[in-house]
Amino acid sequence: MRQSEIAAALRQGLPADCVLSRDEELRPYECDGLSVFRQKPMLVVLPRTEDEVRQVLITCRRLEVPVVARGAGTGLSGGSTPHASGVLLSLARLNRILEIDPVARIARLEPGVRNLKVSEAAAPHGLYYAPDPSSQIACSIGGNVAENSGGVHCLKYGLTVHNVLGVRGFTVDGDLVEIGGRAPDHPGLDLLALVIGSEGLLVVVTEVTVKLVPRPQLARVVMASFADVQSAGNAVAAIIAAGIIPAGLEMMDRKATAAVEPFVNAGYDLSAEAILLAEADGTPEEVTDQIAEIEKVLQAAGATALVVSSCEAERLRFWSGRKNAFPAAGRVSPDYYCMDGTIPRKNLGPMLKAIEDMETRYSLRCMNVFHAGDGNLHPLILFDANTPGEWDRADRFGAEILELCVRLGGTITGEHGVGIEKINSMCVQFSDAERAAFFNVKAAFDATGLLNPGKAIPTLTRCAEYGKMHVHAGALPHADLPRF
Amino acid sequence: MDAQSTLNELRERVMAAHQQRHPLRLRGAGTKDFYGENAFGDRSADAPQTPRGNAPASAATLQAPGAVPVLDLRPYRGIVDYEPSELVITARCGTPLSEIEAALAERGQFLAFEPPAFGGDPTIGGVIAAGLSGPRRMYAGAARDFVLGATLLDAHGDILRFGGQVMKNVAGFDVSRLLCGSLGILGVITEVSLKVLPRPRAEETLRLEMPARQAVEAFNRWSGQPLPLSGAAWWDGVAWIRLSGAASAVSAARERLGGEPVDPTATTQWWNALRHCTHPIFESNTLWRLSVPDTAPPLALPNQPLIDWGGALRWYTAAPSDIRSIASAAGGTAMCWRGVPPASGRFHPLQPTIATLTRRLKDRFDPHGIFNPGRMIAGL
Repeated sequence: MRQSEIAAALRQGLPADCVLSRDEELRPYECDGLSVFRQKPMLVVLPRTEDEVRQVLITCRRLEVPVVARGAGTGLSGGSTPHASGVLLSLARLNRILEIDPVARIARLEPGVRNLKVSEAAAPHGLYYAPDPSSQIACSIGGNVAENSGGVHCLKYGLTVHNVLGVRGFTVDGDLVEIGGRAPDHPGLDLLALVIGSEGLLVVVTEVTVKLVPRPQLARVVMASFADVQSAGNAVAAIIAAGIIPAGLEMMDRKATAAVEPFVNAGYDLSAEAILLAEADGTPEEVTDQIAEIEKVLQAAGATALVVSSCEAERLRFWSGRKNAFPAAGRVSPDYYCMDGTIPRKNLGPMLKAIEDMETRYSLRCMNVFHAGDGNLHPLILFDANTPGEWDRADRFGAEILELCVRLGGTITGEHGVGIEKINSMCVQFSDAERAAFFNVKAAFDATGLLNPGKAIPTLTRCAEYGKMHVHAGALPHADLPRF
Repeated sequence: MDAQSTLNELRERVMAAHQQRHPLRLRGAGTKDFYGENAFGDRSADAPQTPRGNAPASAATLQAPGAVPVLDLRPYRGIVDYEPSELVITARCGTPLSEIEAALAERGQFLAFEPPAFGGDPTIGGVIAAGLSGPRRMYAGAARDFVLGATLLDAHGDILRFGGQVMKNVAGFDVSRLLCGSLGILGVITEVSLKVLPRPRAEETLRLEMPARQAVEAFNRWSGQPLPLSGAAWWDGVAWIRLSGAASAVSAARERLGGEPVDPTATTQWWNALRHCTHPIFESNTLWRLSVPDTAPPLALPNQPLIDWGGALRWYTAAPSDIRSIASAAGGTAMCWRGVPPASGRFHPLQPTIATLTRRLKDRFDPHGIFNPGRMIAGL
């Protein structure tokens, strides 16, 4: 049997406890953070060292076994959903912080290190790692690299791609690649940008060097209430237009605040249709000035109430509701489906109106939380997987939101990745020629197609099946043909 | 001619070149003719001497027998979309940098990566294809950090759009950033969308006298503190520190760092000379550009360097034969900016696995090798 043959081959290069093959051992790995997609892997391997990772790749390459890399399994797009006849390569045991250099302001990490642990380790030096996805307590830095993760502070501090200096890892052939490094500029093509966000399709990363930045002396957040979502959206544009780049700029609609408030007691104004959180950070003088400016702009934009955090505990309390929006959705509904489209900020109003209409059409509720500063939306569609037809409706609801994102000049995914979940929506955002270019990139790194097959980039055939009458970037195919 | 017809013309030239397997030299305003492995207008080659060495290649050089035909990208120009509250500008490749900067300045915004103009007026396509950044690079980000989207005219004549006009976008591989710094070897960048930022409310420059070693140490120490740094350079015994941000933060930092404030005219002159590569050091016949970790102590090389990027960029006018191994030992790379390059080439050689990946990408995107052959790597 193929499973035992492959397990035996893997055990030759790895300690016995690194290869899991029994049904009960494999079950915990059958899904990542997107649990509606489940698939038991053929085998799970848990190497402890870089050399063991290389051994796994060489063996899998030789036996032509698909390899799906996995970090902490918190991903929301099914990027590490296992392959039925493949190896799930967990990098969770490569979890050492190899180096913190406070003078050079860098950290060298194994991929399994948790995001928050990096900032904790850097804290004694007054430094931290800026990208802070909501799952930062659990998600791994390797997973962040695979997904190009963002967070609530990326308007000012950037995404993973702006904060990673270099990676080390292996191609599917087991060849060591070192991309980027501590010097800022490198000759040749920017392969680092390609690898970051490549969802495990190009290389398996075994070491990541990240930039650490000084912790701001002070941060304060303004919480503003609005009587309607549209004016909250306009307020966001007004802040940016005033030349202010807040450290964080988030919006929650009333359905979202109503769900989180009983859960965390953040102190949200439940009478408001939308609330905005705008954070200023920097020196005490700078923060005082910026908070005053933000208050002025928000008032002019029609805020019905303003509260400024008076201490660090209060600031964290204001944020706690936003950071706990997903678990709160899980409390008010048996299941929720989180979308991740991004649109130009100016289209926030039309988008929210359209989502409201879809709620009626699909008979499902949707609560909205946004990284408003950068136009990244997280509509949370509430459903019950045990009620027949509800998941199907949620799935179509989600796909319609994403198609609208593309039509409004945005993208189907801002930070969660395509994975397996949004693979059909990729056909809407990209043309055949564009997807062919993606396959060219894939082939340059992995001609075998063994690394995370079936994810991120849909094949031409798949899109042909999905999109017979679908639109690309707002335009119907063959627009010159008459339609009925 | 309207933009669509201009684009169609470019497509036809590219498709014909692909069919006939004829190479093309992609060119904007020519401000970077000197840049790349097979540079034009290089004073070390047979090109005519130029006072600055930054001047574009002459018509005679461009049309010399055997020269690769130029695909002039200047006609495909114009700002397509600019909405200040979205912090995004989209422009066609031939748009002059000056036009973009003027449009941004009108709304109090700017390109924070401070692309070099080399004393001329480059096109935005050329700026992104070269991917070079100015003195703010370590503090605000590099050119690639501001690329949100790019449109590629590929070898088959297809128009491919990658990325977009939004800040966060992880759909598909990040090809738009791959194109930044690609020197045109993968195809023609016909349009780019760039993130822009509001101009800092206040900006001040300080001069502090100190030796190079002490300056590099100070730059790193300050970078580890919450200070509003936006530039840190050193030349001839003087460290230059630029502070940008809220007026209150800038004045608090000035109090803390001490030093001598520089008047606005001298400030502009100094940072422009670094940004645009017009500092007197760029008139040297031999010039090497070393990109190293910013913590690297002064390197064992003759002549004092010009240091930029808080220690991470160092320019040397003398080049001993072991300059590359010295740069490598410091954790960086060395590029021969001006002068006769060594046999290993102008750019620091790539590691073998990286070189293999680069070749495969080139072969996939440009199977007949029509785009800027040899510009990034000899023979590629």
